[in-house]
Amino acid sequence: MRIEKDLVAAAATPLVLGILMDGDLYGYAILKRVSDLSGGSMQWTDGMLYPLLHRLERLGYVTSLWGTSDAGRRRKHYAITDLGREQLAERQEQWTVVADALRQVWQDRPRPTAVTEGWA
Amino acid sequence: MNLDADLEAQIDSWRGYVQRRQAIATADVEELEDHLREQIEDLLATGLDHDEAFLVAIKRLGNLDAVSREFAREHSDRLWKQLVLLPDAAGDSRAPAWRELAVVVGFALGAGLAVKAGLTWSDGGTGLVRNLGLLVFPFLAAYFGWKRRLTVPVAATLVVSFAALAVLLNVYPFAAGGSTELLAALHAPVLLWMLVGIAYVGGRWRSDARRMDFVRFTGELAIYYTLLALGGAVLIGLTVAVLSAVRVDPGPVLTGWILPLTIPGALVVAAWLVEAKQNVVENIAPVLTRVFTPLTIIMLLAVLAVLATAGGLDTVDRYLLILMNAILVLVLSLLLYSISARDSLARPGVFDVLQLVLVIVALAVDAVMLTAMLTRITEFGFSPNKIAALGLNLLLLVHLVRAAWLAIGFLRGRHPFAALEHWQTRYLPIYGLWALVVVAVFPLVFGFA
Repeated sequence: MRIEKDLVAAAATPLVLGILMDGDLYGYAILKRVSDLSGGSMQWTDGMLYPLLHRLERLGYVTSLWGTSDAGRRRKHYAITDLGREQLAERQEQWTVVADALRQVWQDRPRPTAVTEGWA
Repeated sequence: MNLDADLEAQIDSWRGYVQRRQAIATADVEELEDHLREQIEDLLATGLDHDEAFLVAIKRLGNLDAVSREFAREHSDRLWKQLVLLPDAAGDSRAPAWRELAVVVGFALGAGLAVKAGLTWSDGGTGLVRNLGLLVFPFLAAYFGWKRRLTVPVAATLVVSFAALAVLLNVYPFAAGGSTELLAALHAPVLLWMLVGIAYVGGRWRSDARRMDFVRFTGELAIYYTLLALGGAVLIGLTVAVLSAVRVDPGPVLTGWILPLTIPGALVVAAWLVEAKQNVVENIAPVLTRVFTPLTIIMLLAVLAVLATAGGLDTVDRYLLILMNAILVLVLSLLLYSISARDSLARPGVFDVLQLVLVIVALAVDAVMLTAMLTRITEFGFSPNKIAALGLNLLLLVHLVRAAWLAIGFLRGRHPFAALEHWQTRYLPIYGLWALVVVAVFPLVFGFA
């Protein structure tokens, strides 16, 4: 299953902030983590992660620090800030509300069968 | 893990391609490259070969246009090239940048103090007007002498030339209020500017390309100086308003110190800014010339129409002639500036036709002027003023006729634009020679009258 682009985009900020809660990471590692967490179904154009990280940095949610990789290359690591944690908490609440609402709606009526499943 | 040479070459060309994106800064390219390499290594570990791994990694990174657009959205400021006066790159480059700032401030202050000293010691006569250029331009030349590391012979030639001009302007026994003195004062800055030009081109004054650089520099300097002057005027105006509101008279300090120091000093600072930004902003000159060339054509046509309907040319006032000379010099500057701003390899376009129209209209104005002048000379006889004006007009006439001829040839594809450029740069020193004649020979011929 592939997740729709807009939904991925909406989830991007809380996802990245949440991943950074576990510790500092660099771009590629963040993407790998996203892929692991979603079982590969949240596909992201890799290049788009960096403008997002830069925006989060400008907003003060993350800070960055140049370090060195094992191979000796320069590598930019990102860490979440206090402001980022606050932001994450707020997003979590918002997502909980949304998820709650969706769950209630879906409890009232049964899940529609996907067309492909009907043919299977 | 070391990637093989072929892959390195592919990554290199990818990097070069990404670096051309203005919105993606060098540090971002590095970040993306780290990502790309990590991705490639992981893909190689899954058993793909080098080419496949590279292609998949590139594909995953996404369409570069879209990524670049996303970067641009986040960093819209980067689309405006940043002027770095004092590069903050680590280590070696920092010291010279600060030293240059110190040198610039030093020379600017020197020019200001020289003018201040001139004001203090002048007896209120015309001596100061004659020497004003001499008080400022040597500092500008000195800045370029320092910047270009002039060789000793060139530097010595410049010093001797400045000194000779200073002696000439002050030893000649000009008659008070005479026209030769006024002419010398008007033409001395042209000579001084030529000397600054020699310092600017680092002594390589024979090179056409360097001369064109100097033309370009002159135009940009005029723009930057105007901008500095406007900013300074706003600051001073606000300060004066505040001080007057609390009943403090800023007049003595303002006219005694601030203006004499800042007006000459700003020239050196403007020169430094033009030097610092020459690699950053190349867009203002073409824009300005494209706006002002059509406007100048309209102005010249209006002037021609007025002159034609104003009656006989012999009644034309001499102040009008001087004004018209000034207009022609301005047109010539515009022409030179737009030629210097043009990409010499570009094909002939609409703008080149406009430029030719400008030259032809200027020629018409020049012809009217020459007729008027000759009429006056036959009627009232020679005078230093008339000869100086006549000489300048003849020089302009030759300049414009040949420029028009070459422009027509360029539009018809008979010779390259470079021919037009070379004509300009080769002709320029003649104005300097003429100025030298007016400054040095006229007073002798006309008895310092």
